Amino acid sequence: MSSVVTGTDRYLAEFETLERRGADRTPAWLAALRRSAIDRFAERGFPTTRDEDWRYTNLGPLVATPFRVAGAVAPRGLSGEMVDRSAIGAGAWPRLVFVDGRYAPEHSSRQTLPGGARLSSLAEAMDTDGGLVEGHLARHARWDDNVFAALSTAFVQDGAFLHVPPETTIPAPIELLLLTTVPGMLASPRILVVAGPYSRFTVVERYIGLTDEACFANAVTEIVVGPGASVDHYVLQEQGASTFRVATVHAALERDSMFSTCEATFGARLARTTLTVRFGGEGGRGVLTGLYVTSGRQHVDHHVTVDHAVPRCSSQQLYKGVLDGSARAVFNGRVIVRPDAQKTDATQTNKHLLLSDGVEVDSKPQLEIFADDVKCTHGAAEGQLAPEAIFYLRSRGLDETAARRLLTLGFVREVVDRIAVEPIRSYLDRALEARLGTGHASKEMP
Amino acid sequence: MLSIRDLSVGVEGKTILRHLNLQVRAGEVHAVMGPNGSGKSTLAQALAGHPAYTVTGGEVTYLGQDLLAMSPEDRARAGLFLAFQYPIEIPGVSNAAFLKAAINELRAARGLDELDAMDVLELLHEKLELVEMDRSFLNRPVNEGFSGGEKKRNEILQMAVLAPTLAILDETDSGLDIDALKIVAGGVNRLRRPDNAIILVTHYQRILQYVEPDHVHVLVDGHIVKSAGKELALELERKGYDWIRDEVATV
Repeated sequence: MSSVVTGTDRYLAEFETLERRGADRTPAWLAALRRSAIDRFAERGFPTTRDEDWRYTNLGPLVATPFRVAGAVAPRGLSGEMVDRSAIGAGAWPRLVFVDGRYAPEHSSRQTLPGGARLSSLAEAMDTDGGLVEGHLARHARWDDNVFAALSTAFVQDGAFLHVPPETTIPAPIELLLLTTVPGMLASPRILVVAGPYSRFTVVERYIGLTDEACFANAVTEIVVGPGASVDHYVLQEQGASTFRVATVHAALERDSMFSTCEATFGARLARTTLTVRFGGEGGRGVLTGLYVTSGRQHVDHHVTVDHAVPRCSSQQLYKGVLDGSARAVFNGRVIVRPDAQKTDATQTNKHLLLSDGVEVDSKPQLEIFADDVKCTHGAAEGQLAPEAIFYLRSRGLDETAARRLLTLGFVREVVDRIAVEPIRSYLDRALEARLGTGHASKEMP
Repeated sequence: MLSIRDLSVGVEGKTILRHLNLQVRAGEVHAVMGPNGSGKSTLAQALAGHPAYTVTGGEVTYLGQDLLAMSPEDRARAGLFLAFQYPIEIPGVSNAAFLKAAINELRAARGLDELDAMDVLELLHEKLELVEMDRSFLNRPVNEGFSGGEKKRNEILQMAVLAPTLAILDETDSGLDIDALKIVAGGVNRLRRPDNAIILVTHYQRILQYVEPDHVHVLVDGHIVKSAGKELALELERKGYDWIRDEVATV
């Protein structure tokens, strides 16, 4: 009987295989980076619930599953028509498509972007924009204390690269469509976005799982928002029902910049997001929004850190979750206001709507304030649909199901209404209607 | 139209209404008056089917049907409307979306086609004028952030839009300034037709200056102790409720 290697050792072995195969093509700096990252991963290993950051999220099933590292595999059951249908921007938006972690030029539509902005695969950018890639890749999302960022860095093969030069506005949102078709794989999509000073644009990450068998998606996104730049970022996640998804997003904001990020979580059995927004220059503004709709035994975990390292920045967090079945939500919202960061304005709101008695929520604000002239507020609430509101609607002729549906959709409306991009808003309306239309959260696809 | 016989209702194990009787015929306006805690709101909520109110005895027939056996939504679909004393805030649901849903539920119950968004909007704009509400109210979440007067007007808007057969107004006049009171009264008077009926539950006689009732009932300790014509309201206004208690006690 052959034993299947799982856990940390499995990925170390996969790493050595990969190194032997592709060593000649890899630039020296990247080879060195990968080696350091895998060493760090080997040192740390997968976290357990004994780690404070993973106290409520058990990775046991993920660690026990023997995933292969995504390489050249043939996509399963994917047609151009399916890709088009999955894209939010239909044919109108520039888009890069990744299938099982690999760039798929035949499905992509790069268009010519204004001002010489560059949208390409990461592999390609290593040739064309080597300096920028080397200067930023894995320099922001810390992999020394984030094992999954280390794992991603060790296995970085492909991903998306977007560079928008100074003073350049890109009117249409840029869509990154990441599809999973083959079960049993670890995909490590890596996204690097560099916004030049006073540039403005929107970037959308859309994750779709076309298989309901086990997958492991470990995504890392690094976004550098230059002085005066304005970047709107969306993550729309509909991974397959048995997918383990771990995402790391790091935004580095320079002076007077604006960054908004909105993550909508519908899929995956386990979805963990580690989001960090760091203010590195005065006058920055961050808007962080999350919406999750879960049912069955889904587990959604948001670990958000907003690091006010400099004065006069504002951050606003709004996270709302709807839980049904035996779903579980974890929210940890950490706000650090460092000693110099006077005039910080930080708010945090986390609300959960509980549609069944079997759900569980662990929501924890973590404010670490070391400056005195600051304004920081936080609020958390959880509750069921109000019986008085249900009766009010029934007294107007709506049956209980219709009443619950309207109230549940009303709960998430606040998030949807904040979204400036119409096709994303209407996508969310459809997705929410499909999932909450019965007054209960279900896994139905829109 | 509505026949209440020997109705007893409790809430949280406490009996509020005791053997109450009331007959309402089509075309009539009834005022149910009484001091605080006499059971006025309990009567209104029980007729609308609030699940927290338990009927412990008696029967209610509405348009020949056993009202107490009907769900709250079926009562609404059969043309019964309750204007709430304390209208509920519904965050995230616009007034327009809420009213569109309600309109179409009631239409479906009558076998009518669904109205589309444009038709609904046209209807709402027309009714908004009657209650002197700005169109921006349609895009605001139901009752959220509304002033007391705006909430009450919003109830009258709903009543105008849903065109009930039997409307029960639970202290809709309380806390309104004179202009808002006139608007509410105007809404009630417009609903007044030979085939409709209205029950005005109120503490004060004030609204009855603008809506003339056919019958005035005084509710004390959970049952109706006196019924008469509109002149009873004026007498109550002059003398308060205590003389009724005394009168009942001596009988």
